[in-house]
Amino acid sequence: MELLAFGKTGWGDELFIATLMTIAVSITAMLIGFLFALIFTPLKLSKNKLFNVIGNSYTTVVRGVPELLVIYLLFFGGSGAVMFVASIFGYNEYIEINAFITGSFAIGIISGAYSTEVFRGAIQSIDKGQFEAAKVMGLSKFAQFYKIILPQTLRLAIPNLSNVWQITLKDTSLISVTGLVEIMRQSYIAAGSTRDPLFFYSFAAVLYLMLTFLSMKIINKLEAKYSRGY
Amino acid sequence: MDLELMANSFPKLLNAAVITLKLLSASLIIGLFVGLFFAILRLNKNIFLNKFAYGYSYVFRGTPLLVQIFIIYFGLGQIEYLRSTFLWVILKEPYWCAIIAFALNTGAYTSEILRSAFQTIKPGIVEAGKSLGISNKIIFYKIQIPIAIRQSLPAYGNEIILMMKGTSLASTVTIMDLTGVAKYIISTTFKPIEVFIVAGGIYLFMTFIIHNLIKFLEKKYSFN
Repeated sequence: MELLAFGKTGWGDELFIATLMTIAVSITAMLIGFLFALIFTPLKLSKNKLFNVIGNSYTTVVRGVPELLVIYLLFFGGSGAVMFVASIFGYNEYIEINAFITGSFAIGIISGAYSTEVFRGAIQSIDKGQFEAAKVMGLSKFAQFYKIILPQTLRLAIPNLSNVWQITLKDTSLISVTGLVEIMRQSYIAAGSTRDPLFFYSFAAVLYLMLTFLSMKIINKLEAKYSRGY
Repeated sequence: MDLELMANSFPKLLNAAVITLKLLSASLIIGLFVGLFFAILRLNKNIFLNKFAYGYSYVFRGTPLLVQIFIIYFGLGQIEYLRSTFLWVILKEPYWCAIIAFALNTGAYTSEILRSAFQTIKPGIVEAGKSLGISNKIIFYKIQIPIAIRQSLPAYGNEIILMMKGTSLASTVTIMDLTGVAKYIISTTFKPIEVFIVAGGIYLFMTFIIHNLIKFLEKKYSFN
């Protein structure tokens, strides 16, 4: 237990901060994933063949390639890509990207592919009559989407999005390979310096279990809120 | 785009893909037995066994695979007692530790898939078997299991693909699988895009094969 003490003698405070880091990365990645889903879901549902191909390749490639490989691509290639874009605008200095941004972006790309599939499924399962009725009521395109379609999509999407959240949360453990100090990296450091890997990795497992358990509780509440009236 | 590097690294990555496939098949075979065992426990009326199986699947599905590998590879070696038993022959090899972690992980998911498949079998089918005078054991092995396998094929296909991606974590415990070799080439040449295209292409090809294999099996064993 003294291994977990706060302050200089134990690893309690370090692990606490690492847990907050894991939560921060997960939320950022999930939000980046939503941005990707916002772009790629319409592409996948579009009638345009080219847009379809773009949308489908994104989800197929990301869901068919290991997460770790995507992380390595961004970790080793990320700053190169950003420097290339910057050089177009005439900025030629070396740019180093912070591990938090690389990590969140890598996990976000992965999470986005899953979210895209969830949103596509949810929109497709909404009754055609709802789209027609919204049109007939004379609502503006904006109101049709935000007031009629989106609330129904959310209700259908939340159970599956909760799976995406769980996957995203667990995937953040992989960005420990880039050196970002989240739960896994902190446990690795603590295990190395105390020579007690069994304790620290088991404790990391407990922390992850707590996070998944708590998020399930919160998601269940959200689910109840959005299925009012059903 | 460095085409020469891509051509040069292709055979190396292909060799490494063999290790990925070995890891995958070993973990899937062991995992299937683990999954079936825990699915049967979940269906058991004994509350203790039931809770035990639930706890197993909850823990393994609620924690990242990376943690599980690290506990088994780095953690178990710390127990002095284990070092003196024959288990140490297995546990000192990163290869076997990875397989154990993968098998336990996929076992947890498989047990959930099989459990829900067993639960969707209509009671009428079991009753029909009983009224024909077939013993409970034969009903289970010859009627329930085949139906459950058919029911769980689509979900199990997804699990195989997830597990294939999961084997990439073996590279974190020094195994040179497809991802391990890809990372090595990236870190020596600093050409991440080229290597990603080749290694990712091999992974996608394997996903494609698995996907179609499952589709074929689904068709072959469909009820109509």
